[in-house]
Formats: sequence, structure tokens, C-alpha cells
Amino acid sequence: MRTLLIALWLFASGAHALEAAIVEKLAFGESDEQVAAIAALVAAGDEKAAAVLQALAEGELQTAGKSVLIVKGEEATDAVTGAKVAPLPAEREDVIANNRLRRELAGALAGLKLISPQREIRLAAAKELAGGADAAMLPLVKKALEKETDAELKSMLGQIAAAMELKDGSKEARIAAIRMLGGSNNPNTKMLLLSVLEKGKDGSFAEPDEEVRRDAQASLRAVEGRLAWGERLGILFTSISLGSILLLAALGLAITYGLMGVINMAHGELIMVGAYTTYAVQNLFRAHAPGAFDWYLACAVPAAFVVPAAVGMLLERSVIRWLYGRPLETLLATWGISLVLIQTVRTIFGAQNVQVENPGFMSGGIEILVGVVLPWSRIVIVLFAAAVLTGIWLLLTRTRLGLFVRGVTQNRAMASCVGVPTPRVDTWAFGLGCGIAGLAGCALSQIGNVGPDLGQSYIVDSFMVVVLGGVGQLAGTVYAALGLGFANKLLEAWQGAVLAKIAVLVFIIMFIQKRPQGLFALKGRAVEG
Amino acid sequence: MGPIADRIASAIARLYGARGWSTLAAFALVLFVMFPLCNLVVPPGNPFYLSAYWVTLVGKIMCYAIVALAMDLVWGYTGILSLGHGLFFALGGYAFGMYLMRQIGSDGQYRANMPDFMVFLDWNEFPWQWWNSDQFWWCALLVVLVPGLLAYVFGYFAFRSRIKGVYFSIITQALTYAAMLLFFRNNTGFGGNNGFTDFKRILGIPITIPETRMALFAITGATLIAALLLGRYIVTSKFGRILAAIRDAEQRIMFCGYDPIQYKLFIWTLSAVMCGIAGALYVPQVGIINPGEMSPANSIEIAIWVAVGGRGTLVGAIVGAGLVNGAKSFFTQAFPEYWLYVLGLIFILVTLFMPKGVVGLWSQWKNRSA
Repeated sequence: MRTLLIALWLFASGAHALEAAIVEKLAFGESDEQVAAIAALVAAGDEKAAAVLQALAEGELQTAGKSVLIVKGEEATDAVTGAKVAPLPAEREDVIANNRLRRELAGALAGLKLISPQREIRLAAAKELAGGADAAMLPLVKKALEKETDAELKSMLGQIAAAMELKDGSKEARIAAIRMLGGSNNPNTKMLLLSVLEKGKDGSFAEPDEEVRRDAQASLRAVEGRLAWGERLGILFTSISLGSILLLAALGLAITYGLMGVINMAHGELIMVGAYTTYAVQNLFRAHAPGAFDWYLACAVPAAFVVPAAVGMLLERSVIRWLYGRPLETLLATWGISLVLIQTVRTIFGAQNVQVENPGFMSGGIEILVGVVLPWSRIVIVLFAAAVLTGIWLLLTRTRLGLFVRGVTQNRAMASCVGVPTPRVDTWAFGLGCGIAGLAGCALSQIGNVGPDLGQSYIVDSFMVVVLGGVGQLAGTVYAALGLGFANKLLEAWQGAVLAKIAVLVFIIMFIQKRPQGLFALKGRAVEG
Repeated sequence: MGPIADRIASAIARLYGARGWSTLAAFALVLFVMFPLCNLVVPPGNPFYLSAYWVTLVGKIMCYAIVALAMDLVWGYTGILSLGHGLFFALGGYAFGMYLMRQIGSDGQYRANMPDFMVFLDWNEFPWQWWNSDQFWWCALLVVLVPGLLAYVFGYFAFRSRIKGVYFSIITQALTYAAMLLFFRNNTGFGGNNGFTDFKRILGIPITIPETRMALFAITGATLIAALLLGRYIVTSKFGRILAAIRDAEQRIMFCGYDPIQYKLFIWTLSAVMCGIAGALYVPQVGIINPGEMSPANSIEIAIWVAVGGRGTLVGAIVGAGLVNGAKSFFTQAFPEYWLYVLGLIFILVTLFMPKGVVGLWSQWKNRSA
């Protein structure tokens, strides 16, 4: 019984304690011996070895007589057994790590991180190595690869290993590595494969073997194809994102223009008012309910609708109502309103841009490929635009107000004759349009800075959406907004942002030659619409 | 009297009555006699001395007044509200600015034989837009041709597809916006954000000396008067009546057998050319031109000058340009933060309460007292 216990104890200590000889070599040995000791510790690959190396790297490894200690403040543990040593021996000496040793240590530590039990640490280490790793790390990476169970990490490590093999491995190893790399979606891999195919100054290839080069070509094509797809997906997403923003900005404008035939030049400023309302709500939450900060949008969205809607209804009653039948004057008057609104906001909030913070769930994003990240804030905005669109569609097709709005849009005189209170419909519809502008502002505040000039930068774009889409049908606005979003982003990827914008504007000018009333115009027989 | 003299006499009688002509003469007297005397002859310190600031300010406002006249012809008389007239103004300015940039010669900061911004961008030769730009006559031609041609082509397409009303306004706004973006690019070849500035000479004469300034001032004044008379000549002719008819009932004039497109196109192009000339006069006096002049906000402001003065009266356009810009230079110096309020309220109140502008107020008041 007693012998059994002793055997057990010996077994246990064999697993949990380090071999004393290695640690002693590390502490007392010559430089070469130390390097060998580091390699041995890495090969041991357990937590205690990591602790010793970490301590050495941070200058916490000390010797006292024959024993090696890890000293943290006033506490010391024996490096070999891991037992607490108390009291602290008075005579201690630091183990000095020279430059060569430090280099070895850094690599060793990175390698050890790869076999850490925590997934995040492994992931971080793998990402670091994916950026470019020393060939000496290869055995470590291979070792980690054997132990790894997580599928994502396994493929990452596989590629890291392949990248290393590419430099030093045998021909077979190189070919295997290159085939392995063909499955990668990392832009660095592309560079790596290109370097294989590179021609030196004397015309000879960096990779002497023809077969390897052929494989590299094939892998390169595969990687490039995958990267191109990632890029396309990215463009697709940003197009939809821009389109939904344009849609939000233009929806309200399309409603008011369709209904009353007036262009509301203050529309952009109502977007800005919505954004500042969001900002104010955010500040209130931060000041009075920091715990519920993540939920401030639940309050900000309704507020960003109500405040601009109220402003809009007030404007309709006080200014626009008196200018009916004079659309050009309305345009000028609403421009005046926009100037007053800009200056009012400047006076209240200052001329500087303000920052609206995203709630927690909207920060970060989904990484679909290396370097192609879809930010949550933009995804939420796309969904938000869809929700607003659905809401408006329901409002226009399923409610009495919607019925009236459609009736007045189609034929004001007739609607009035059958008893639709057109002035009241005008007020409500104008309020609705301005409220939607406010929602657009709320959305914009989540992806950019909020400043008094915010509206100005969207006004021309949202006019273009209305001009292109025509009025009277939501579909026109939707198609126009998404179409412009795509056109802008595609041309942008090709020719740069400014030329893209100019091309789109020129296209619209050409387009309305063909269809002066926009994509989806209500058909009528009048000479003038 | 010969037939030609007869026609001239009748034209003179048609343009203005005796009071109109004498007012114009008084105006010319102030511009061509009082200003040069008070600026050049009267010594500084004398209460009658006019400083360079005033000469430049009034010169600038007269350029704006020409633009307002041009705007009034298309908006007040023909009913086409353009929100892109700033573009034609700026194009004229840029065309003439090219010549002024070439006149700097090698006196720029880099002492090179090219404009500074080109040296900065590391260009070795002039881009094609600058061809022949060291010739005064060529640039003067461009001042007329570029805005005129652009307006003609744009107007042809727009009027042909019967774009009108707010749609037309929005499209012109998009046009000037697109042009602004284009000119902000360095690669467009016109100095990017900074545009043209630091002019040294015009026709070999230093541009900053008082005599040059006064000469430019006088030329601007003469152009303004000529533009006024030309406008008056047009609106009092049969042609002008058709323009007004297009404004009031385009359908009807079409059904009467007129082709409104030709009329609109002519007045639209003429208006753009007038803006271009105004821009060319503006640049040497103010000493800078940049893409900011093409911003949509600037173009809308032109409309309000006309609205303040009174649409459909040429004098009103001049009065409006003077009043609004006078107020602007006063407020932006004295109370900068209130200027936008003032401008915004002008937009709102004038459209609500003064559909005929300041000139209209005068006649309203006269009718009431009579």
C-alpha cells in the first residue's frame, strides 16, 4: 500500500514538476545551454514551463543558492516544484537574459501560447503568427496543430505551417504546403504565393522547381478568386448599405413632393434635427441612466421621429401652406428655413461635430473574410430601413390617412370634392415626411459624426433619388435608392468616389431626358403632370 | 433724320422714359466720376476719400448685380428657376483666372514658369485645358464660350424633354454640385480646393495698384449698364413678351404655334454668358476663385437677390443684389453668427410677404397714396 502511494506520488510529480536539470541549466548554464533549455521547456509544453519562460522574459527569475525561484513582489515560488517558498531567501541573484536569449524567448512564448488552454489566447497567437513567422517555429506550430481541436484554429495553424514549409521544406513538403495554401482567404497568402513565383534579377525563379511553381500558380488563382469574391461581397454590402441610407433620406421627400408638388429644401436639415435629437437622448441616458445606455435607441428612434415631425407640421402650418401653387417660391422659403435651422442648431449645440456613441450591440461586426468586415451598425441600418419602408407601406395602404394621402397625390381636386380634408392631410403627410427624415438622421448618427451641415451633404443625393424614382409610388423610390447606391459604389471601386458621383449625376440628367417623370410615374393624360 | 437714327431714337424711347434715362445717367456719374475722384484724387484722410475696400466691395456687388440681371431674365421673365447659375459665374471666373495665372509668370513661390499648384503636383507640362491660356483673347473667348456652350447643351436636352418647374431647378442644382466635386479634384487641373489666387498682373500691368483696380471697377460698371440696357431691350421687345407668355402659360403659347424651346434656349444661354462675363470681372477684383463658388448654396442665394429686389423688374435685380450683399458684408463683419438667421428670414419673409420685392413695395405704396 505504502509503495503504491509512493509510486503514485512519483508519477504525479513527474507530470507536474519540471525536470530540475533543465531549469537549472536555464538558470546557471552558459548561453548555449540556456538556449537548449528553452527548447526543452517548449517541448515540455505545459503551464509551468510557460510560467518559467514568462518569468525569465519579465526578469522575475532569480536564483538563491542552488534553487531557482520565480519572485513576484514579496512572494516566491520554486520554479521546479511550484511550491511556495517562504520566507524569501535574503541572497538572491537575477537570471540575466541577453539579447540572443530574449529573441529565443519571444518565439518560445509565442509558440507556447499556441497550446494555451484558452481559445482566445491561441487565436491571438495564431493571428500574430499568420502575419509572418520565423521558420524556427515550425515544430511548435506542428505540435500545436496536432493538439488543436477547434476547426477554425486548426485551419489557421495549417496555413501558418504551410507558409513556413514553403520556405524550408523539401519539394514534397513545399508542394503539399502550396496546395494547403490554396484553401486560404488571407491576403498575406497571396503575397506569399506571389513571392514563390517571383523572378529574381538574373531571371531565375525564386522557386527553382517547375512543378512547385505550377502548383503555386493554381493555388494563387484559387486564393485570388476567393479574395475577389470577398471584395465583391464587400461592395455588394456597402452598396446595399448606401442604398438603404439614401432610401431613408429620400422616402420622406418623395411623399411630400408627390403629395404637394413642393420640394422641401429643408429636408436635409430635418435629417440633421433627427440626428441631434438622437444625440440629446443619448446624453440624457448617459447622464441619468448609464445602466440602460444600450437601450437608448429604443427611446431615440421615436424621439427622432416625433421632434422633426412636429417641426415639419409647424412649418407646414406657418410657411408652406401660404405658398401653395407656387412651388418655386416654396423651394426658396424652405431653403430659408433650412438656413435658420442650421444656425439654430449651431447656437444650441455648437458648430463642432458631436459624437453619437453606438449602443454595445451595434459595435463590432461580422468578419466574413480576412479584411472584409460587415459592421453591425450598418447591418442594423439596412434592417431599420427595411422596417421603416414596411411601416410606411402599411401606413399608406392600410390606414385611412394613407388612403387620403394616395387620393390627394393622384387628384387633389377630386379628393377634395369627395370630402377628403386636403389641408389636414397635407399637414399630417408633411409631418410624416419630416418624421421619416428624422429617422434617417437617427440612422446616420450611428455611422458618422453629427454636425450642423449633416443635412446639406445628403440633400442633393436624396433629390436625385426622387427625380430618378418618380413620385407617387414607393417602389420607384426603393429602386432608385438601391440603384443609385449600387451605381455609386460600383463606379467608386472603379474610378474613385468623386468621379463616381459625377458620373451618377450625369447619368441622371441623361436619364430624365428619356423619362422626365422618373422610373415609376403615375400615368395621366394631362400635358403637364 | 436717317432711318438708322430714327430706329436708335425709337429704341432709346422704348427702353426708358426721361426719368429712367436721367436716373441711369446719375448712376453712371457716380460710378465713372465720383468713385475715381474720391478714390484716386482725394487724399486719404479726407472725409470724401473712398478706400480700396469700398471700391472692391462695390465692384464685387456690381458683378453680382450682373448675375442677378441674368437670373432675372430667366426666372423673373421666363419662369425658369435656375439653382445652378453660380456654376456659369464660376466657369467664367475660372476661364479668366487661367489667364491671370499665366500672367504670374515665374513670380510664383516656386519661381517656376508654371502655376504653383502644378509645380506642387509635380506636373511638367500644361494639361490640355490650359492650351493657349497665356493669350488674353483666347481666355476672353473662353469666358463667353464655356458657360454659353455648357448652358446651350444642357438647356437643349432639358428643354427638349420638357423638364420644367422644380424638376429643372433640382437638376441645375445637381449640375453645379457635380461641377463643384469635379473642380475640387486636383486632377481636374484647376488647382483643386484652393483654386486660383495670388494674381500679379493683368495684360502686363500690376493688378493691385489703385489705377488697375479703378479701371476694373469702371469696366464692371459699364458692363452692368450694358447688361441692364440689353436686358431692357430684350424684355420690351416682342421676344420678351413671348418669354413672359412662356412664364405665364407655356401650354397656350405652344398651341398658338410658337416653339418655346427656342426662346427658352436663347434666353437661358444668354443668361449663362452674362454670368460668365460677371465671373471674369469678379476674379481680378476679388483676387480668388475656388470651387466653393459652385456650391449649391451660392446659386440659391442668387435667386434670393432677385426675389428681394423684385422679380420681373430688371432694376429690382440690381437693387436686390446690392441690398442682400450689402447686408451680408455688414453682418458677416459685425454679427457673423446672425447672418444665417437674417438670410434665412429674408428667404422666408420675402417669399411670403413681398412677392414683388422691394421695387414692388414702392409701387404698392404709391398706389395706396394715390
